[in-house]
Amino acid sequence: MTSPPAGERMARDRWASPTWPDTSRLGGRWLAAGIASVLIAAVIGVATGPVPIPIWQVILELADRLPLIDVDSSLSPADQAIVWDLRAPRVVLGLLVGALLAGSGAAYQGVFRNPLADPYLLGIAAGAGLGATIAIVARLRDAVGFIDPVPLAAFLGALLAVAAAGTLSTRRGSSGSPATLILAGVAVANFFTAIQTFIQQQNSETLQQVFAWILGRLSTAGWGEVRLLAPYAVICVVGLLLSVGSLDVLAVGDEEATALGLRPRTVRRLVLMAASLGAAAAVAVSGLIGFVGLVVPHAVRMLAGTSHRRVIPLSLLFGGAFLALADVVARTVRSPAELPIGVITAFIGAPFFLLILRRQATP
Amino acid sequence: MTSTGRSVEVEWSEVSVVLGGRTVLDGFDLTVPGGSWLAVIGPNGAGKTSLMRTLAGTLAHTGTVRIGDDDAGRMPGRERARRLAVVPQHPVIPPGIGVFDYALLGRSPHQGLRFSASDLDRRRTSEVLVRLELDGFAYRSVDTLSGGERQRVVVARALVQDTPILVLDEPTSFLDLGHQLEVLELIAELRAERLLTVISTLHDLAVAGQFADVVAVLDDGHLITHGTPAEVLTPEIIANHWGVHAHSVVDEDGSVTVTVHRRQPT
Repeated sequence: MTSPPAGERMARDRWASPTWPDTSRLGGRWLAAGIASVLIAAVIGVATGPVPIPIWQVILELADRLPLIDVDSSLSPADQAIVWDLRAPRVVLGLLVGALLAGSGAAYQGVFRNPLADPYLLGIAAGAGLGATIAIVARLRDAVGFIDPVPLAAFLGALLAVAAAGTLSTRRGSSGSPATLILAGVAVANFFTAIQTFIQQQNSETLQQVFAWILGRLSTAGWGEVRLLAPYAVICVVGLLLSVGSLDVLAVGDEEATALGLRPRTVRRLVLMAASLGAAAAVAVSGLIGFVGLVVPHAVRMLAGTSHRRVIPLSLLFGGAFLALADVVARTVRSPAELPIGVITAFIGAPFFLLILRRQATP
Repeated sequence: MTSTGRSVEVEWSEVSVVLGGRTVLDGFDLTVPGGSWLAVIGPNGAGKTSLMRTLAGTLAHTGTVRIGDDDAGRMPGRERARRLAVVPQHPVIPPGIGVFDYALLGRSPHQGLRFSASDLDRRRTSEVLVRLELDGFAYRSVDTLSGGERQRVVVARALVQDTPILVLDEPTSFLDLGHQLEVLELIAELRAERLLTVISTLHDLAVAGQFADVVAVLDDGHLITHGTPAEVLTPEIIANHWGVHAHSVVDEDGSVTVTVHRRQPT
């Protein structure tokens, strides 16, 4: 290998200077696209419903609440109440739940270096299902007056399942391999589901209620659910955003990641804790909404590349927008009845996913 | 191009490794002077890769590994990764990763918990890619490169790490003769430019004789002998440990040309 002539080298250096725009940088365009999708989903979500409210009025009304902006949307007080007390909390909940499911799905996939991983891999769904079933069957709603015990029970069940999987895969103080963890998660999930199914069968009078919970929904009674979810969402999102660089290094495997100065097991544990906390909180308030945690990170990876510096933030943004829009469909298709949102996410998500897959396959 | 001011010495003392009840490395003692190229040679299963892993900190061992003046065992992983870069024998290439992004991973020991790589990280990466004539590949996916190009990309990642010590585990095992030489000549040039200490395993005695200035023979976990290529690559030693008849010629510059003879059918 010989050095190029000085002139050529100088030209090349100039071309190379300052640097190439690498694909492991989030980039303003992608960030703008993500934020735009969230804003569009929010406006559509708030504008859509049994009482029609023009989109421009929704935009003005939302803008009016921003600091330093004072505009008159000319909405009647009744319409303002519909916007702020009924629709906005539901839209925000959809954005948060979608963001957490997609973000934690992306993190799980990164940690396990497996594109088929999703946030329910370590038993979050089964644990939450068991917790919610127990709370419904035991009629804790009647017993506890001041707080809805079902989300709390689901949350605790989900965390218990992940903790059980984590503990069972650990031996003599050293944490097990990712494969062991996955197997432990599968075993724990099956065990919890078995108990849940048993309890459900023994209490057939609450079957409808349990089933409705499992299918997932975003119905809210106001801002309460959002407030419940917010602290966990903050911890999860901050945790995931701080780990993007480490997740990229983890992609070369434990041996090389260690040689690059990373502590793979510590990183894995911290990322899984943050992701699981977010996913458990999301599931607790919304039930088991499938497909978001799998399909959104996939779509992001296919469109924007595999670096977690892009995959994590864009999954958060697009995941939120996707779920908020799916909820619009869920509550309008058979209005005034509502479809389970899990049906919509799979119904929209699967063909969309296949479309991207085919577009990628044909050069 | 480099922040490395001086070359750094590496020393193993009484380093032993037990894997699955088998002693794969037994009381290994060796000092590699700063700026030299050590080639560890030996038959398959001699413990060469284990020896490299004791440097990288990815294999539990007894005894001490010293990097410069410090005990590597007491060094935080990031500090160790700022002094010593590894080119693994079977690098894991994340599916779909681009050449630039892959090389940029080498900056990770220099980064904190930052969301983005810094301009310095990008500049260092660009410089290395230009130096290795990989700039034309920057946007290509590493999966799509040929074996020789891919090996250069992995070397690029190690150089981006900007360490005074470069560890290479069988850097040429999947390359044809021309590409083997190309990679090793590149390492030799970089070693001179950056005053690198190079530590490599090489299964090819002929190659070891041409490039290294210290050769160590490892067999069954024991350090058999070490010295200059002329001292070590003798027909006797080769016959004893590889079971083949070889002929070696010492060239004027001290490098050794080893020729292996075909065994006669009996």
